[in-house]
Amino acid sequence: MKVVPGPEGYIPKVAAMEGTNLPSSPDKGLLFGEEVDEEIAMREAAKALLTKPNPTIFPGPKILWGWSPTAFEEADAILELAKEIPNCRIIPMPDYRPKYPKIDPEAEINPNHPNLTILHNRIEACIFVGVHCHYANLSLRMIRAGTNCFTIAICGELGHEDAMVTLRDAHGEKIRKFKDILIQVRNELGIQWEPKLPPPNPSLPKENWETVSFHDYGEYAFLLMPKKGEIVTDTE
Amino acid sequence: MPEQKVVDTDYLLLEAPRERKFITGAQAMAEAIKRANVDMAIAYPITPQSEVMHLVGDLWAQGYLKDYYRAEEEYGAFSAIAGAARGGVRVFTATSGPGLLRGLEAIASWPGHRIPAVLGVLTRVVNAPLSIQPDNIEISYLLNCGAVVLHAENQQDTFDFTLAAFAIAEQVDVYVPVAVATEGFFVTHAKGYVDLTPEDMKLPPRNPYKAPVPPTDNEIPPARIQRDAPVQKSNFMSYLIHAVWQQEVWASTTRAMKYIYKYLGGPIEVINPDAEVFVVASGCAAAQAREAVRYSQLEGLNVGLVKVKAIRPFPEKEIREVLKNAKGIVIPEHNITGWLAKEVKAAIPNNDRVVGGPRVYGGMTLPTELIMDEIYKILGVKKERKVLV
Repeated sequence: MKVVPGPEGYIPKVAAMEGTNLPSSPDKGLLFGEEVDEEIAMREAAKALLTKPNPTIFPGPKILWGWSPTAFEEADAILELAKEIPNCRIIPMPDYRPKYPKIDPEAEINPNHPNLTILHNRIEACIFVGVHCHYANLSLRMIRAGTNCFTIAICGELGHEDAMVTLRDAHGEKIRKFKDILIQVRNELGIQWEPKLPPPNPSLPKENWETVSFHDYGEYAFLLMPKKGEIVTDTE
Repeated sequence: MPEQKVVDTDYLLLEAPRERKFITGAQAMAEAIKRANVDMAIAYPITPQSEVMHLVGDLWAQGYLKDYYRAEEEYGAFSAIAGAARGGVRVFTATSGPGLLRGLEAIASWPGHRIPAVLGVLTRVVNAPLSIQPDNIEISYLLNCGAVVLHAENQQDTFDFTLAAFAIAEQVDVYVPVAVATEGFFVTHAKGYVDLTPEDMKLPPRNPYKAPVPPTDNEIPPARIQRDAPVQKSNFMSYLIHAVWQQEVWASTTRAMKYIYKYLGGPIEVINPDAEVFVVASGCAAAQAREAVRYSQLEGLNVGLVKVKAIRPFPEKEIREVLKNAKGIVIPEHNITGWLAKEVKAAIPNNDRVVGGPRVYGGMTLPTELIMDEIYKILGVKKERKVLV
């Protein structure tokens, strides 16, 4: 099956069940459902990000909340990549709970209704990174069903059949390689751009670390508060 | 218990030396659990599964497993398996016939919850009338749950499939349960030769962070499938999320095929690929089919065997290819509805070539002569019947 931007229709096909296989080795990627060398996939992904309106990166919980050196490095690499994509935005997928009654599509994207964020922001090229594979696959298929967005999956595991471009085993080093190829393609296309960080997310309130309290953590506050009578003298 | 060392999964399954033992199918399944680095087993006893879980209980007593308990019934057992798996441990359970049906709702929810559990299905009659005898009708109920379903022919398969099941289930692009079915009594309580991997080697432990969904721990909230259930809203988006979620379950079973090739040598075994007539069978019917093929060869008949190891994902492409020139296809089964014949008929062109039978059930054995009768009919061979009294 050729995996191309939608809208595909009422219910999407499943690339994995239509004969598309995940990349067979770490140096391979998928381009429109076909296995190619990852550099070729990266070039096509770069072209989409550089030429389609409103390119956006959707970082998921593995990067946003990952407390590991690997996650820190990936987060740094993603910011470096974002700086090089003209007019790029970053909209997080902070968790996987459905947001009812209504998501703020400028603040976040959600795997249960990802096309709301895509359509509201008129995003025509996007990157999923740091999203757990199950939820990435749900999102990629729903986006293909209902939007014309060109989807790119940068996956730390084995990749995603339902994205137009997928890279597998992608961590900090491979993300930086993608950034270098993107700069190269940008220069080939003659696009002038001074690297700069994407704008802050307009929907998120500014955090004041001097007044922050346990209550700001809502139902997760119990993760922070010591048990009754417990005195915490040592922390990591 | 001997000190066990963790070895690479591929090494243990594909390369490790083997030692031959003469053991029952139940023992073979337990021997696989011994080498699978299982953390926890939960079950409710039912004949003929009891033997397996009794032996697994012994393994717990010897220190191979960290936890083991008898649940109050199957629904509770399989729900607890889901909870334990979401908590990050490697789990095993087993059941038979009515027990499988009692817990089927929980089992059917495992794939959607991305539970990489391994389930032993030691088949028996589904009541009523009450019977504990072998019959594999229950597998047909399992086929649409979204789990990978393997069907073992004998004691060796039972060991190999069970050990491989953990490797397949926990692949990040699969991550759905794997059921290993085999016939109660015919396999579970009968002895056969089994080549076992060394007792002092075991699989690496499960890594719950290498998963397509977040594990439940103190830092990450659980995948809140129920609490904020998106599907409980009535609008198109909530229908679509459930639709793509179901798609993801079935895509995952499809992805399991490459690991079935890697660890089990493929979803089917073929003998005499140029045969005129094929016997297609799974489970211990394949053992009788193998005998029928041997008889046929002794009689100079061009008959082949397709043993189906994987029922889900069903090897449609492979079966279509093998059977493309077959004049006739005989499908012997240990159940009344002929679920395997239906699967094969749906997968091939000109499916009037399929003879849906012979079928035995209710505990009956499957005499090779019944399969031979069908082969003779297809080939136009006239045989005199001798009735021995």
